[in-house]
Amino acid sequence: MAQNPPNNGRLVIKLVAVVLGMFGFGFALVPLYDVFCDVTGINGKTNPFAATYEVQDIDTSRTITVEFITRTNTGMPWEFAARTRQVQVHPGELKTVEFTVHNPTAKNIVGQAIPSVSPGTAALYLNKTECFCFNQQPLLAGESAVMPMQFYVDPQLPADIEIFTLSYTFYDVTETSSTVAMNRG
Amino acid sequence: MSTAAEHLHHDEHHDHKPSGIKRWLYTTNHKDIGTLYLWFAFIMFLIGGAMAMVIRAELFQPGLQLVDPNFFNQMTTVHGLIMVFGAVMPAFTGLANWMVPLMIGAPDMALPRMNNWSFWILPFAFLILLSSLFLEGGGPNFGWTFYAPLSTTYSNDSTALFVFSVHIMGISSIMGAINVIVTIFNMRAPGMTWMKMPLFVWTWLITAFLLIAVMPVLAGAVTMVLTDKFFGTSFFDAAGGGDPVLFQHIFWFFGHPEVYIMILPAFGIISQIVPTFSRKPLFGYASMVYATASIALLSFIVWAHHMFTTGMPVAAELFFMFATMLISVPTGVKVFNWVATMWRGAITFEIPMLFSLAFIVLFTIGGFSGLMLAITPVDFQYHDTYFVVAHFHYVLVTGAVFSIMAAVYYWLPKWCGKMYDLGLAKWHFWCSLISVNVLFFPMHFVGLAGMPRRIPDYALQFADFNKWISIGGFAFGLSQLIFLALLIKACRKQGEAATDRVWEGAEGLEWEIPSPAPYHTFETPPVVK
Amino acid sequence: MARGVLTAMLATLLSAGAMAQPSQLNLRKGVTDISSQVYDLHMTIFYICVVIGILVFGAMFIALIFHRKSRGVKPANFHESVKVEVAWTVVPFLILIAIAIPAANTLIAMEDTSKADVTVLVTGSQWKWHYKYMENDVEFYSVLATQPEQIRNKFNKGENYLLEVDKPLVIPTDKKVRFLVTSDDVIHSWWVPDFAVKKDANPGFINEAWTRVNEPGIYRGQCAELCGKDHGFMPVVVVAKAPAEYDAWIAEQETIQRKAKEEEQKLLAMNMDMTELMELGSKVYQSSCAACHMPNGEGLPGVFPGLKGSAIAIGDMTKHIDVVVHGVSGTAMQSFGKQLSLKELAAVITYERNAWGNNTGDTVQAKDVNAVLTGK
Repeated sequence: MAQNPPNNGRLVIKLVAVVLGMFGFGFALVPLYDVFCDVTGINGKTNPFAATYEVQDIDTSRTITVEFITRTNTGMPWEFAARTRQVQVHPGELKTVEFTVHNPTAKNIVGQAIPSVSPGTAALYLNKTECFCFNQQPLLAGESAVMPMQFYVDPQLPADIEIFTLSYTFYDVTETSSTVAMNRG
Repeated sequence: MSTAAEHLHHDEHHDHKPSGIKRWLYTTNHKDIGTLYLWFAFIMFLIGGAMAMVIRAELFQPGLQLVDPNFFNQMTTVHGLIMVFGAVMPAFTGLANWMVPLMIGAPDMALPRMNNWSFWILPFAFLILLSSLFLEGGGPNFGWTFYAPLSTTYSNDSTALFVFSVHIMGISSIMGAINVIVTIFNMRAPGMTWMKMPLFVWTWLITAFLLIAVMPVLAGAVTMVLTDKFFGTSFFDAAGGGDPVLFQHIFWFFGHPEVYIMILPAFGIISQIVPTFSRKPLFGYASMVYATASIALLSFIVWAHHMFTTGMPVAAELFFMFATMLISVPTGVKVFNWVATMWRGAITFEIPMLFSLAFIVLFTIGGFSGLMLAITPVDFQYHDTYFVVAHFHYVLVTGAVFSIMAAVYYWLPKWCGKMYDLGLAKWHFWCSLISVNVLFFPMHFVGLAGMPRRIPDYALQFADFNKWISIGGFAFGLSQLIFLALLIKACRKQGEAATDRVWEGAEGLEWEIPSPAPYHTFETPPVVK
Repeated sequence: MARGVLTAMLATLLSAGAMAQPSQLNLRKGVTDISSQVYDLHMTIFYICVVIGILVFGAMFIALIFHRKSRGVKPANFHESVKVEVAWTVVPFLILIAIAIPAANTLIAMEDTSKADVTVLVTGSQWKWHYKYMENDVEFYSVLATQPEQIRNKFNKGENYLLEVDKPLVIPTDKKVRFLVTSDDVIHSWWVPDFAVKKDANPGFINEAWTRVNEPGIYRGQCAELCGKDHGFMPVVVVAKAPAEYDAWIAEQETIQRKAKEEEQKLLAMNMDMTELMELGSKVYQSSCAACHMPNGEGLPGVFPGLKGSAIAIGDMTKHIDVVVHGVSGTAMQSFGKQLSLKELAAVITYERNAWGNNTGDTVQAKDVNAVLTGK
């Protein structure tokens, strides 16, 4: 072999460390992506936790239209609708919207609503103080419910956004949800 | 350039290699392993090519004639996987195994036993992948990019086999890359300083770093697909708080550097061949190295240009558009350097040079369409059409594959000690060149006219061009049989004996050793002046 | 040789650029301001590439012709020149900036979805589009209208083969129409080349795009993202009508859809007999179910389950109805409760329970389906 035995082992260990690190990085991309989304508003993901409303100046010079879309996914038999198709709010103003949901089937179902906002940047300025999407929602067979969603729009909302759309898609998560939730009724 | 001390003892037979199957199964010799890789890649090229023939036969005319859409999707998927992971990448690894030690004056690769493993797990990966096609429900049918949720919730159970085989391919590539890096770092002959290394070695070194950086990310992506499908996680499932677009981000974080993994060694090959047949040193050696490095670095920040239609904020779209356009600068530098190398040289047109010239022109056309695709607003029109198919086949077939062929024609006499059949080689070149353009050039037109990719049937206005594309495809497929015949003849050691230098203008350590290259070379390291 | 092929092909491409109507060779100019900006960008960058190509390949071919060994030239030995190398790094960079500016402007205009006059929710599912007008009570599915016999080469193919649907999306001209795009299952991509609009439909998320069409007409596109077996068979057809005609159309649709719902309630009391149910059911099955479960009910083993002799199709009827109207989450089985009328649902379920030797003898009526749908 070569005259000065090269230290292959150490280099291999370093390279393997890089490989393992990059494998980990692949998984780290998952939370990183969420952070990235929070910062840039990619994909219109809203904050999954409740915001607290502090009384603030309401900017009455601007009126924002918020549009609601209600959908249920394949295999989700619920009837799901927004009481109002759209609302007008001033930035900073606290607003409550009610959604109705009905389980027409003969079985108990747990649902999870997934929100999405378009344009995505608006998601950064949408603060929900109360939302049915924060938790899984169990409905007994034949049960109906009115679910409130309370939100305010941050006055920092960019001036070019006058309307944005908030969509909720209900998924049937009965199989994966904990039975505790089901025993509520 | 160097003194080759082993001339003295190359005929002493410490070539004690076992014979028969055991030689190949247990071999740790870089030349044997290189040969195995190259033959494996060629067989995969033919299998993947056969799948392309099925695709083109179905698309020969509108309507469904031969295969059902589900099988068609399996063909496009497995064709892509085989060509990327089974043909192009192993071929480059084979060339690296053969040539890197010879070019830097090393006796073998640094980790010969690992080298044996990294090759021998590869056939199993593809055996698994190909056998999944024969299962009930068929193999993977979600495109080689396996976007979730098509590959998770909506795929069939053979996805587990797909994931397993991609894992094995990844491990093989990573081991190969580690070997290349360690070899280049630790085994260079005395005097072989970094900036004296041949460009093929440089480009492979950079490629190897790309491989260890992104193959693990691919492994992560397939693992997430596996757990999403079978173990109830929801990385990519909106219902569980995941996001299908996240999959594309992870995949293309691997996928874009992967594109350069398949083209940087090609740049290296062309940079070896053009000076030889221009009888003039490579123009701008240092800038070639820097350009390669900057392409590799930029490749990490452009991935989302594959995803412009997924709905990103404008700011992100602009960023990825600018970053992508930037890549054309170092790539342009390379092309300019090759042309400048030829300028005022004394050019001859041997087979490797013909393939290299075809590479320069056709790869550049692929580069042009790449630049067009970088422009986000226009990409909305090009995205997922045959224009994209044309683009990546120009860079991968007339780019990567042509460079591999050029490399084989360049080094084959050194490997076998005999000059190959020049008549067949010329036929192979001209048939390939003409048919590949009949095959891929009209794809630009149908793509611009609005034909989406990955469809088994199409509207009538695309019919004329598709017929030509298919004819070109069959002709290109048949042309590769000429190559097969040539390679078989060469392996049987038929033909004229090649000189040690083989080509008049060849420079570098690999030409200092006898032809054929002895089983063991540079056991005493040469001194590079 | 390579040059010959190249120039010939560039020439055809250039001449194609000059043609007025949708070309078979080139991008189309389309019918919106944006699409024509996109077309201009495309042509600009194309010509830039052609010029660069001519310069680079020109230099190369001069070298190949004049600097050949057979002409007895002696090779020069130069191998670097800082000046030249800096020049060919900087000049392309400047060209790129020149392209990037108009591209950025067009892009920003394309992404500005504010102040829309009409909003349509576009939902992709395997392998059809659903359109819902947000301001009106109008929604419908839009499915490939090409006959399977044409695809199987039994009939001659029509002019709009694979680019025709049963109910096209209708939008007004000269109004800003906003599309909210989403999906029920896998990722699809809604594409109309004449509008230069292509937007991915991501399950669980909504995307936005917009257009303002200048000329009335019928515009055809296709799904652009691989979405499974019949990805090639889910076209997009958009009819642009003058605003007054559009208003009349949408009002008419509202009435039709409201009436249909009322009719449906009346039908609840009605019973259909087996022959009627089987006849209608067979039709509905071929158009809505056969893509996956196959015309012979055997499915695609390992991919889509067969219905012939399946536990659901010959088992409990309520369960069968439930699967058809609500779909099965986490599988390709979608919910047909809103896609088909009660009558059609009743018929197709009856058909599935009696065709291919399933012979349960069950008949399903609209009221049975309604019971599962509404829980009454």
